Amino acid sequence: MTTHSSSDSQLEPFTEPPPAARPSKFKRALRELWKSPLSAKLGMLIVLSYIFVALFAPWLTPYGESEIVGGPFELWGDKYPLGTDNLGRDMLTRLLYGARNTIGIALITTLLAFLIGGMTGILAAILGGWADQLMSRFVDVLMAIPSLIFSLLLLTIFGTSIPVLIIIIAVLDSTRVFRLARAVSLNVVVMDYVEAARLRGEGLGWITLREVLPNIMPPLVAEFGLRFCFVFLTIAALSFLGLGIQPPTADWGSMVRDNATLISYGDITPLLPAGAIALLTIGVNFIVDWFLHKTSGLKDGQ
Amino acid sequence: MANNTPAANDDHEVLLEMRDLRIDGRRDDQWHEIIKGIDLTLHRGEVLGLIGESGAGKSTLGIAAMGYVKPGCRFSGGRITFDGIDMLTASEEKKQALRGVRIAYVAQSAAASFNPAHKLIDQFAEIPVQHHKSSKAEAYADAKDLYSKLQLPEPEQIGFRYPHQVSGGQLQRAMTAMAMSCRPDLIIFDEPTTALDVTTQIEVLMTMKDIVEQFNTAAIYITHDLAVVAQMADRIMVLRYGELVEEAPTRVMLANPKQAYTKSLWAVRSFRKTSVLKTQQQATQPIISVQNVTAAYGVLDILHEISFDLQRGQTVSVVGESGSGKSTTARVITGLLPPRLGQVLFQGQALPPDYRQRSKDQLRQVQMIYQMADTAINPRQRVREIIGRPLSFYLGMDSQQVETRTRELLAMIELNPDQFIDRFPSELSGGQKQRICIARALAAEPQCIICDEVTSALDQLVAEGILRLLDRLQRELNLAYMFITHDLATVKAISDEVVVMLKGKIVEQGSKDKIFSPPYPEYTEKLLASVPQMNPDWMKQLIAQRESRS
Repeated sequence: MTTHSSSDSQLEPFTEPPPAARPSKFKRALRELWKSPLSAKLGMLIVLSYIFVALFAPWLTPYGESEIVGGPFELWGDKYPLGTDNLGRDMLTRLLYGARNTIGIALITTLLAFLIGGMTGILAAILGGWADQLMSRFVDVLMAIPSLIFSLLLLTIFGTSIPVLIIIIAVLDSTRVFRLARAVSLNVVVMDYVEAARLRGEGLGWITLREVLPNIMPPLVAEFGLRFCFVFLTIAALSFLGLGIQPPTADWGSMVRDNATLISYGDITPLLPAGAIALLTIGVNFIVDWFLHKTSGLKDGQ
Repeated sequence: MANNTPAANDDHEVLLEMRDLRIDGRRDDQWHEIIKGIDLTLHRGEVLGLIGESGAGKSTLGIAAMGYVKPGCRFSGGRITFDGIDMLTASEEKKQALRGVRIAYVAQSAAASFNPAHKLIDQFAEIPVQHHKSSKAEAYADAKDLYSKLQLPEPEQIGFRYPHQVSGGQLQRAMTAMAMSCRPDLIIFDEPTTALDVTTQIEVLMTMKDIVEQFNTAAIYITHDLAVVAQMADRIMVLRYGELVEEAPTRVMLANPKQAYTKSLWAVRSFRKTSVLKTQQQATQPIISVQNVTAAYGVLDILHEISFDLQRGQTVSVVGESGSGKSTTARVITGLLPPRLGQVLFQGQALPPDYRQRSKDQLRQVQMIYQMADTAINPRQRVREIIGRPLSFYLGMDSQQVETRTRELLAMIELNPDQFIDRFPSELSGGQKQRICIARALAAEPQCIICDEVTSALDQLVAEGILRLLDRLQRELNLAYMFITHDLATVKAISDEVVVMLKGKIVEQGSKDKIFSPPYPEYTEKLLASVPQMNPDWMKQLIAQRESRS
């Protein structure tokens, strides 16, 4: 550590040279981005282009989302760049709209899962004792049931609207966030500064949001990237099984299912939505890897 | 030692030589020179002491003797020769063959350096067996021999324990035995006793010195404690900011330091509290009165019948080795550990035993400063928020008042407000962090501050600055301090009253003058006798004294 600690200013408290002027946050972030490895840049490029497509789908597509524009299963050509699907809707149009629906829903679901899981996890770590036991055991029960089967069951009970879908997946996924948030918070709540805050008489809200949360952000953000991928895959899987996003809304999972028969004829069109899912997953993982590496590297330096 | 025998000529053979050594460290994406051209010569069988504050580069220099730098550092110039081998150009395999065999390293924290999953003796045998120096059986026999030389209890069996089954002092000796396993020519001791109690430290030092002499091993002894280095080293080098300040044989250096910086290091231990004893205040009501407190973790009683008073404007020091219940006492006062029996009075009124039942005002009156400033302030908050929070929380100040008061407090702890108010803790040095902790405690405008080993993680010069600051604040604000420490030098410097604790009981209590003048109870005497003194003959005398008694 000798290499990192700056000289103490006890002898001449006012004469210590100020540290090199700290560049603004924005500039530092830009520099970090510039220095990031190729894989991370590629990941960011992929994710940014998906976001672009999702935001501007109506302007990028030649037809409406569920507009029937031709005969079923038309081949690739000038009129339909990627052919048409089983009902005669333009494949490219649906692929681009699919980005919007699937990513949007996955993002909202993941955020909700982190809100529920993160808050309860930190609370469990701070409160400890029976409150912690109660929450942790409840989560154990939820996690003991295979999540895909459980979500199928719940979707059959509550019906398959988008809000229900979001809530069910978010709740089931929040169990894993809870476990992570609780585990990393446990390392923080034993710190003297948390004890100092308790002795000051601070309430739960302050300790959770101001003392603990900022210190567990790096693992949570990394987990967010991974969870997003899993939620995304779960939605696609549920859609493929017919219980996810309902027609006529375009969605990659159901697009694969609806056009799967084409595979038998040597047409790769149904693989395109599957490829879109795969590419996004890889992109997000590249970014997460880089972020994890960076934050764990920071820890070594401290 | 006979200087005329042929073997003695061996002693003057140069073992390690560094010429104009330069090492760079990387910070903020730039290389900074952290070792700025140091010359070092070490003869066979000689012990060289390296002293300086943290950041002086003493550890970096010690490790460099093995041809190694920490990640994020690089050699940028100079030469290191170990017994004729150029350590900077030698291949990694060649250096690997030297490390552990001809050059060994004893780290500060033995607990962190041992693998908790293996027995001590197996870790001892690993290096000799791996380097084909001896068979496993021979290594085992050698380990037992060294354990007995290092005066470890039950040398035949102790090796078969796991690291967590022996005490810190024993572990540090087992580590020294491990370093000795291949009879190296050079051992680097990197602050090996800093983490130990005074009473343990002295035992470890004695055995280390003894074994180094027995095998005529050369050693580099790195420490920031002058009294320790005075016992161990033949020659002392003082480092600062990666540069050599002064170098001389131990006795010469102690008797007659030349440079101003060295003199200031020597003078640290001379700090004495300047405030006069306010005995007339004894009559008034104590701020805090601990009455017959017995406290327990689970079913095990940690504190037995503790009673003492804390007067306004006075400092009560609580001393004892680790495990004596000093910090537990603080936890009882702050309400973190409700006592099983007894009570704590604040200005004559009983405080609720649990901090959760105390009012905001009761909490405000007793503030705490922690040993590790690193963990006592939130690394994600700026100085502004750390100090400002108690102001808005307890005193209900608005943001403008908070800003003004925070700046006042920063000035009070001798840090420039403009420079420090927006910094994060990672942008502060150890001493500055501790000052921020003090400011946070002051912000609450308390009557009483509990200082839990506040200086033990700091360098002596920095620690002295903190003590002076605390003393000044006490005089200005008429604060009461409860000062928990294991360092008797600190106790002498700042206390009015002293409480000596052992195994959860108070052994002796009274005014400082009474405690530090004979007759002493047995334990107090042992504590006092274990504090290293600057006299280089002190340890020899102590050894002789203890041997004659037994």
